[in-house]
Amino acid sequence: MNVCIIGAGPAGCEAAFRLAEEGIQVDLIEKECHTGGNLNNWYQLFPDRKQAADLNELLRNQLKHPQIRLHLNTEATRMEKQGDGKFAVELSDRSLLECDALLVTTGFKLFEAQRKEEYGYGIYDNVITSVDLENKFMNHQLTTSTGEVPQRIGFIHCVGSRDEKICNYHCSKLCCITAVKQAIEVREMLPEAEILCFYMDMRMFGPGYEEMYREAQEKYNIKFVRGRLSEASENQNKQIIIKAEDTLIGKPLRMTLDLMVLMVGMEASEGSKKAAAQLGLKKAPNGFIQSADPHSGNNRTSEEGIFIAGCSSSPMNLTDTLADARSAAITMTQWLKNNIKR
Amino acid sequence: MYYDHFVLPFTIGINILIIYLIVRYTRWIRSFPPEDKKRIRKGMFSVKTLRAIKELFLECLVHHKVYRTSPFLGYMHMCFGLGWFLLIVVGKIESTVYHTTAFNPPYFAIFFRFFHPANETFPYSNVFAFIMDMILLLILSGLMLAFIKRMYSKALGMKKTTNHRPFDLLILTVLWLIFPLRFLAESFTSGIRGGGSFLTHSAGDFFSQFLPLESLSYPAWWAYSSALGLFFLLLPFSRYMHIPTEMVYIFLKNWGVKQGQKFNAFSEIQMYSCSRCGICIDRCQLNTSLGMQDTQPVYFLKKIRHHKEYALQTENCLMCGRCEAACPVDLKLNALRLSKREDLSRITKDTYNYISPAMQEKAKVAYFAGCMGHLTPTVIRAMQHLFKQAQVEYVFIDEKEGICCGRPLMLSGNRSGAAILMEKNKAAIEASGATLLVTSCPICYKTFKENYDLNIEVVHHSEYLNGLIKNGQLQPHRADYTTVFHNPCELGRGSHVCAAPEEALNAVSHKLTTRYDGLNSLCCGGSLANTHITSTQRTSIATDAVAAYAAYHPDYIVTACPLCKKTFSKKSGSIPIKDIAEMIAENC
Repeated sequence: MNVCIIGAGPAGCEAAFRLAEEGIQVDLIEKECHTGGNLNNWYQLFPDRKQAADLNELLRNQLKHPQIRLHLNTEATRMEKQGDGKFAVELSDRSLLECDALLVTTGFKLFEAQRKEEYGYGIYDNVITSVDLENKFMNHQLTTSTGEVPQRIGFIHCVGSRDEKICNYHCSKLCCITAVKQAIEVREMLPEAEILCFYMDMRMFGPGYEEMYREAQEKYNIKFVRGRLSEASENQNKQIIIKAEDTLIGKPLRMTLDLMVLMVGMEASEGSKKAAAQLGLKKAPNGFIQSADPHSGNNRTSEEGIFIAGCSSSPMNLTDTLADARSAAITMTQWLKNNIKR
Repeated sequence: MYYDHFVLPFTIGINILIIYLIVRYTRWIRSFPPEDKKRIRKGMFSVKTLRAIKELFLECLVHHKVYRTSPFLGYMHMCFGLGWFLLIVVGKIESTVYHTTAFNPPYFAIFFRFFHPANETFPYSNVFAFIMDMILLLILSGLMLAFIKRMYSKALGMKKTTNHRPFDLLILTVLWLIFPLRFLAESFTSGIRGGGSFLTHSAGDFFSQFLPLESLSYPAWWAYSSALGLFFLLLPFSRYMHIPTEMVYIFLKNWGVKQGQKFNAFSEIQMYSCSRCGICIDRCQLNTSLGMQDTQPVYFLKKIRHHKEYALQTENCLMCGRCEAACPVDLKLNALRLSKREDLSRITKDTYNYISPAMQEKAKVAYFAGCMGHLTPTVIRAMQHLFKQAQVEYVFIDEKEGICCGRPLMLSGNRSGAAILMEKNKAAIEASGATLLVTSCPICYKTFKENYDLNIEVVHHSEYLNGLIKNGQLQPHRADYTTVFHNPCELGRGSHVCAAPEEALNAVSHKLTTRYDGLNSLCCGGSLANTHITSTQRTSIATDAVAAYAAYHPDYIVTACPLCKKTFSKKSGSIPIKDIAEMIAENC
């Protein structure tokens, strides 16, 4: 019995290991030159502030399992179900794989912040995304474009999420807690700075999250303003002038920021779109791959023998992504036992 | 004395109709506001009347605007309009020449072939017979096309034709019967007594071979007269009320009567002038992109006229003006729709107290980016760059704080709320002491121009930049890439600015000609006027519109409205969407 996994992000890596442990031969296909996917862009993880690199290393070590064949720098160029029920996967290195089942772990794509033009990403120097900020954390350097220490920093929640104006109705779930985590990290670097979060709702769904949010306010003196940003402009000092509304007091608000961080949301990745198109998988209205059943078939798709795990089906945090990957491994093992003769 | 009982249905019908119309129109016009009555009195004895007569000929008879939609459709309408008109006029002349006096009863000309014994000749009688047969043939050919259109509208260039009420279908049948009945009556008479020309004479000879014409001819004249009479009696209650009402409308419009904020007698005249040709249905993107086929002007007006619920239709309109630009009757469809939107304003003068009082620096040129302009900082950046390049001293009115121009409120019917915003903005503009106001948003542009009564010139940035290029203050180079221009609704159809942006764009790029240039441009779907459709539906309209422009394979799709730019960019596409100011700034 053998399976093909498309995408070696956290979900793909975890599932590969669990399947291999069950004695199943796994081909893990990754288009980049290293595994880990979006995890490579993160510095510390919520809620325990673990180093992202440590988790990445752990996942990478698991892949040394003899049952796993890792194809780096390789893309699945063509995937199709054959007459005998097996899947043919043609790779960019022209080799052809044949497998009994497919697991799509193509993950997510970050929202392109340029599309929200009124926030000025790519236009104003001191507007950055949450991912750019992680990169600054990795380099332990947090300055403005002019090299100064920022005095006032604003985090803008829900950029590209819950926004019908750019056709994204869904919640990306983890930007709220990411903002809380990043705000605390900024506070640790800049004890004197004023730090603000502009939010619509604070969705603290995971264990320890609400506590972290409370701590951010009480211990770290981070201000939370309920109101969405309407527009931003830049002054001659390259500061960002923002207009928003404080909806709790019902007043419009103008403010100058030295650095503005956009909490970019998640969208279906190009890989997910391609896989869905080639394999005829049903997609949810938000563009992610639709699972067969939200309760009993969360790892199954509309096509028999094709499974999903992680953010290819919906936005998930790392905790849920890894759990989903394990769940996919169990689902697939059972399915293989019932459907494929040795 | 020429008389026969069969003329009675026609005579009774036409007399009742004329009395009805006179009473109706008099009552409508008497209820006009005094200023409109003054306009009528002033316009009546001026060159405007001649202009109206010209329009009457071109639109009511020739149907020249319908030709633009489809030549076949134009021909069909012309056959009925011009054909019937000529039949009456030439018939009257013929009867006058024969009778040597114009004072013969109206029915005499209509039923001339019955009363005129064919063996009698009179000056040019053969010529008249030939012309009358030609005209009848013209009408019959139009009838044939009308029949095909009912069965298969695509053949005449219409994807969708109007759905009519059963009553209107009945009167349609009566109308269609009139001309074949005339043809039969004249042919039968010719078969017995001679006369007629190539059409009726030949048909008469043909029918006489196998039909008992002696007993059929007289009933045929009865049938013809009855069809006419019945048509005239039903006309006021059917869509054919448009035939006389459109003429009245053309005169009133030319004399300067305008559709105001309220739905009044003039609106009713427009409503009755709608011929329900259905040309608006194909033009409407709510139909072509969303499959909505109950909200176009033809159905909106039909619902009002027949006292059906029309609240949804009132809201569900983009007010892009595509229907209005194609309407053969030139009805003011946007203003009509707007007149049915109620003023539910809740804002007061205190609502905008947080705006600081107008304190402006002084400059000759004032720039207003508008709310939408502030959502597209690239456009503002481009304008700032270009002002600098052209060495223009300007004041940026709404740089730090600004409020809406008021048009979204006006479009939703909330006129009193809009008035409050306008007052605030007007003070800010006047405080700048500028003599020229440049706006980046066509929505603001239209409002400043039409509703603000500013004493200074207002231009859209596309016009302004084109002017700067022309007088050499800006000297852009022409880039190699190709572009298409999407003219925003409020700029092109709304304010008739078409040439300037195209010229400017062609100066900095190779602008491709598209079928959507000028007044035929598509709506982006982001229109503020529609309060009914969902965001997803707007995206569908935008996606279709982008695809239509992308079909010309340009390197850039260029628009001149921040709202259009944002709407088009909702989904990331393969062709970049830019504003014309950005395009010019890149090449300056």
